Amino acid sequence: MNRPAIFSRSSLSRRHLLAGTAFGAAALAAPAILRAQPAPVKIGLLHPVTGFLAFSGQQCREGALLAIEAINAAGGIKSLGGAKLEPVLGDAQSKPEVGAAEVEKMNEAGVAAIVGAYASAISLATTQSAARYGIPHIVDVGVSDQIVQRGLTNTFRFCPGYGVIAKIAIDNLVALNDAAGKPARTVAIVHEESLFGTGTAQLLQKELPARGFEVVEVAKHANPTRDFTNVVLKLKALAPDIVIPANYYNEYVLLARTMRQQGVRPKAIYSVLGGAASSFKFVKEFPDDAAYIMDCNHWYDPRKAEALELRRKAEAKGLYYTYEVFLAHEAVRLLADALERAGSASRERIVEALATSSWDGHFMPYGPTRFVNGQNEGARPVNTQVLNGTIEVIFPAEFASARPVFPMPRA
Amino acid sequence: MLEPSILAASLIHGLANGAVYALVALGLSLVYGVLHIINFAHGALLMAALYAVYFLVERVGLDPYAAIPILVPAAGVVGYLLHRYVVAKASRGREEAVLLVTLGVALVLENLALALFRSDTRTIETGWAFEMVAVGPALLPAAKLAAAAGALVAVLALWAVVRATDLGRAIRAVAKEREAARLVGIDVDHVFALAFAIGTATLGAAACLLLPTYYVSPQVGHGFVLIAFTIVVLGGMGSFWGAFWGGLLIGVVESLGGLFLGESLGQIGIFAIFIATLLLRPTGLFGRAV
Repeated sequence: MNRPAIFSRSSLSRRHLLAGTAFGAAALAAPAILRAQPAPVKIGLLHPVTGFLAFSGQQCREGALLAIEAINAAGGIKSLGGAKLEPVLGDAQSKPEVGAAEVEKMNEAGVAAIVGAYASAISLATTQSAARYGIPHIVDVGVSDQIVQRGLTNTFRFCPGYGVIAKIAIDNLVALNDAAGKPARTVAIVHEESLFGTGTAQLLQKELPARGFEVVEVAKHANPTRDFTNVVLKLKALAPDIVIPANYYNEYVLLARTMRQQGVRPKAIYSVLGGAASSFKFVKEFPDDAAYIMDCNHWYDPRKAEALELRRKAEAKGLYYTYEVFLAHEAVRLLADALERAGSASRERIVEALATSSWDGHFMPYGPTRFVNGQNEGARPVNTQVLNGTIEVIFPAEFASARPVFPMPRA
Repeated sequence: MLEPSILAASLIHGLANGAVYALVALGLSLVYGVLHIINFAHGALLMAALYAVYFLVERVGLDPYAAIPILVPAAGVVGYLLHRYVVAKASRGREEAVLLVTLGVALVLENLALALFRSDTRTIETGWAFEMVAVGPALLPAAKLAAAAGALVAVLALWAVVRATDLGRAIRAVAKEREAARLVGIDVDHVFALAFAIGTATLGAAACLLLPTYYVSPQVGHGFVLIAFTIVVLGGMGSFWGAFWGGLLIGVVESLGGLFLGESLGQIGIFAIFIATLLLRPTGLFGRAV
């Protein structure tokens, strides 16, 4: 995309030089700038764009590419003489080992840093591979806390991990239940079988009893699952007050649909990192199934104009504005800020710049970035609820756009 | 804890799954009954048929059920050619060699699928596939009900072919006594290949019925082949109605196992039955001692 522009500009200035016109001075300056055009900085974008996570992986990739496009259009990395960012795309095929192999390829390609890899299990593998070559790796979505607990100095996570998310989710659930006069007491957890779902379920299972809830069922399922009848029949028999799903998009949608079709109507479907609960795709495609579902998940600060501007841009490209899009977008901008301050594309300098980052130009409700052992300490989730066919923020109170509806109406 | 209506719902759900299992197992049982070979390629052929349905739906825009009249004969032709020119040729008439050849075919097909389609899990969206239909106390996805009904029709059609046609009589004759069949003028090699073709054709039908509520990936056949072998052993190797009732029973066991033990552990019941059959009644429910 940059190349033709450079060529056309340079040929234009050459013609001006030959003609010896009044534009001489400007024309003389132009080739100098062109010759000084710094080498682009290669950024690895590593996501599961095929396999069972394909939808989410593609969303991440699109979000990251939108950020690179915007940064380049605004003049690239200024401290590097306006160096442009050049994406190097990788596909983890929804498998950790393929993700690790892609890191090797990216290292050969000479990337300055990697942004990825959406899923916890894949991110664990890619950050470790990247650490071998000292490649700075920003984890855009993976929520497992193991990612930042292995002492890898190259690994930085912008978004919150599931420890923080589970804690805030439970706090908000308790607040919600207390405000409604404590109608809910029993909870069933339905989770997917990989690191993200299992880890989240374990945290909830440990914390919920201490907060006055009884966990009556923990159902684990495979990816993909194309039949939730048995899980839902069991929920029907147990009739829990609250159902907490923690799984990826396809399974989440099917679970929610099966629950409604089988007439299972708890007082709340309260997801913790629900793969579809705060997804505009789900709300648009299955509005009846999505109605009143609550979620504690990644969400942008709706008071920030850039967040809404990105939503407009994403939707103009035919994308759903999901958490994958804005988290990957902001992860790339975090990297750009580090590059700007490092004034170098060297991997060590970028790692240093990230470690000392205090970036507040983002639109997430996190405050300025502050990394401790690679984790952005201010990162926190937001509670949403599907109300009147759209996604409203119900917690935190500072920027809630609607009051929660709990318990959800029958029928 | 569990109300009868929920048990009944799980039971009906299991029967619906079991009907499709029965169809898959029948193809396997027929091939064993006639050719006395264990067709390890059965699962891989089902996988190939599922990919065929997938591309007919996604690229050609066919309804998965409209693909049945295309895919059943096509799978039959593939099965015939596969037996005539690969399995029979490569094994040179030795039964233990056939086993290895079908295993080889399975490996080739699976790795071909991996190379061509990668290990992606693909699904089709038909819109109505997950609409619910009430069947007694159970609510079944429409496509699952259609699959069960379709599988029953296919089983009956297969039975009619085996019972009432010349081909069926020839197949049964070859199954019982192949030398005598040859003496009365039956082209045994042709009948072998036809039996293999019918076994493969059932997979064509099963694939069209399955895909609306299932998925396809290069490894999708593994689960089915294990279940199908269990059914064939349970029903009695080569027994037609044994495979049918065995399929329904395994469907119910899987469903109830899932309900009581959870989705991950639910399949234990199937293999417990497999082991129990081998220990207590090795001829199977409908099999006769050899």
